[in-house]
Amino acid sequence: MSTFAEEIKEPKTITSATRPNANALEHEAIYIMREVAAQFERPVLLFSGGKDSITLVRLAQKAFWPAKIPFPLMHIDTGHNFPETIEFRDKLVEELGVELIVRNVQDSIDQGKVVEETGKYASRNMLQTTTLLDAIEEFKFDACIGGARRDEEKARAKERIFSVRDDFGQWDEKNQRPELFDMLNGQIEMGQNVRVFPISNWTELDVWSYIQKENIEIPSIYFAHKRNTFLRDGLIWSAEDGVVFRAEDEKVEERIVRFRTVGDMSCTAAVESYADTIDKVVSEIRDSKISERGARIDDKRSEAAMEKRKQQGYF
Amino acid sequence: MEVLKIATAGSVDDGKSTLIGRLLYDTKSLTDDKLEAIERTSKQKGYDYLDFSLATDGLVAEREQGITIDVAHIYFSTASKSYIIADTPGHVEYTRNMVTGASTSQAAIILIDARKGVIEQTNRHFFINNLLRIKDVIVAINKMDLVDFSEDAFNDIKADFEELMDKRDYQDQKITFIPVSALKGDNVVNRSQSMDWYKGQTLLEHLEELDLQDIYNVGTPRFPVQYVIRPKTEEFHDFRGFAGKVYGGELSVGDEVVVLPSMTRSKIKAIYFYDTEYQTAPRRSSVTITLEDEVNVSRGDMLVKVGDLPIVDKQLTATISWMDSNQLTVGGKYVLQHGVNKALAKVDAIDHKIHPDYSGIEENVSSLNMNDIAKVRLRLNKPIFYDKFKEHRTNGSFIIIDSRTNHTAGVGFIE
Repeated sequence: MSTFAEEIKEPKTITSATRPNANALEHEAIYIMREVAAQFERPVLLFSGGKDSITLVRLAQKAFWPAKIPFPLMHIDTGHNFPETIEFRDKLVEELGVELIVRNVQDSIDQGKVVEETGKYASRNMLQTTTLLDAIEEFKFDACIGGARRDEEKARAKERIFSVRDDFGQWDEKNQRPELFDMLNGQIEMGQNVRVFPISNWTELDVWSYIQKENIEIPSIYFAHKRNTFLRDGLIWSAEDGVVFRAEDEKVEERIVRFRTVGDMSCTAAVESYADTIDKVVSEIRDSKISERGARIDDKRSEAAMEKRKQQGYF
Repeated sequence: MEVLKIATAGSVDDGKSTLIGRLLYDTKSLTDDKLEAIERTSKQKGYDYLDFSLATDGLVAEREQGITIDVAHIYFSTASKSYIIADTPGHVEYTRNMVTGASTSQAAIILIDARKGVIEQTNRHFFINNLLRIKDVIVAINKMDLVDFSEDAFNDIKADFEELMDKRDYQDQKITFIPVSALKGDNVVNRSQSMDWYKGQTLLEHLEELDLQDIYNVGTPRFPVQYVIRPKTEEFHDFRGFAGKVYGGELSVGDEVVVLPSMTRSKIKAIYFYDTEYQTAPRRSSVTITLEDEVNVSRGDMLVKVGDLPIVDKQLTATISWMDSNQLTVGGKYVLQHGVNKALAKVDAIDHKIHPDYSGIEENVSSLNMNDIAKVRLRLNKPIFYDKFKEHRTNGSFIIIDSRTNHTAGVGFIE
């Protein structure tokens, strides 16, 4: 599916005040949000505190106004989040008046369900999957709304808007339901759940332009700031908070950086940037020569890294 | 930003992935890290050129077999438009993926290998794009470098294709022929230096000039209600908003409407998009509508303008494209999803199977297999409100769900 990214174009003769804006991607995403609320009994919006999930929250607000968002938000907390993201999350939830569920990867580690990775590339990114699947079971969620986009990565380019997962959270990429026109089939069996991706058809630039146009607040780490960092494999890592493993010969230097994604600190590299306002970020992205996930070490593990994680139940 | 979605169809080895890769490369849409990955892998495989197909072939199974097996979406943009390419596979067994990709596209590219010309696969690709009523089709005759950029070769293939065009059902479909070499980059984004005889546009020039207003099928306004918004807060105590998307035409405040199926009449009181009121809801906008009167409306109901009623019926005939490994059988019962409305459906009869290569029809058929296309008569447990697919691409189509598996088993285009 489904671009219903179709057909909307503002007539030039009528002022913008008589009709809503013509952002086809936004109208499509709102349509999807409403299908989720209508077709499922216990939906949840997976909220990471990143720009994509913040965009989802705004779209959900728009879809149901003047009613509140009719589902809770859930954050799978790796314990390695940027502190700025957590502060931001709590403030947003309070403003919205919606329920926030937090489940911690640390608990899964303490319960012996997963084992913490060690070494130079240790990350809790993979461990999130177990915590997420447990939470889905605990709350009997039948639909999980996520901010994944098809332009992020090759395997995601084949993801459906309604993507069915089995009892084990697994993605069967060879047996996906066709999505025709904008009809979304949310029929599932007990124990299955659907991952829903309302901004599937957005690109990174679309998301940033939307944040700019809507004047949406986002965590400060997306903007250029001074940070103690070190270099590894040509990427810039945060040397603050002690989360990222740093060898003794990896020298700490202060750089002006910002983050393009705010995943787990242990797998999210920074980029050198002076973009300290949303306008500057948008023009930087427009001119950018490195794709967004280029700064995510978890995808570089192998050519098929993302596809393997998805089969195991990753977001 | 305007968004244009394009379906692509080509047979194995026609160079479809290479063409898409070339579009991305020449529009400078490939980022450095992606380009490096392509260069690295091309070198490892010992190629003396860049294998752009690596930019689009996503799944492990595809990389192993070197073929595309599912619909992939590729994004790029120019100063004037955002493009989404639905890369759909071309093998015989994957008709369903082509139908899927075409259902959400407004333009299509059909690839032909200049050395092979029009083959059986080409017939299928054309048939499906015509069945789905895609308004603008580009026939890209690829690998022109391997036929010495010959004008005669191009014209012969064009003449063969024009014979097919006589057989098509949807005659108003616009068709443009472009000679290209995706590998060398001729007439994809940049003009060919080797084909002076070709005076037409390059592929990208053609896409850039498509007027989005023009290439959509306009119909009458249809507003299927997705969700009823009742805030039950003090401020909005009596608010009852009907959330949905407008199809076909536009709706304005003051329009007299009929609610289906109750046939109750009312007037549009207000149109909201988020917290702002507007005079008009254009096509494809997701809005919330309130009515002057207290009318009972729930999900699956439809608002239409007075005097502009769709067909309301429990029986219908449709061309069905079957997509499931379980057969469709006469007498079989399914869930029919028409937009956001659902009904139970029973297959009354299969009139005939249609060969999607224009080789005719087959009568006396009692079941359909995956990738079959057929004219089928259905009976429903309650009336639905539909238009003919010819007149309304959205309100004239439905999907069939097999309730034993919950799979989307087929799609129908109502006659």
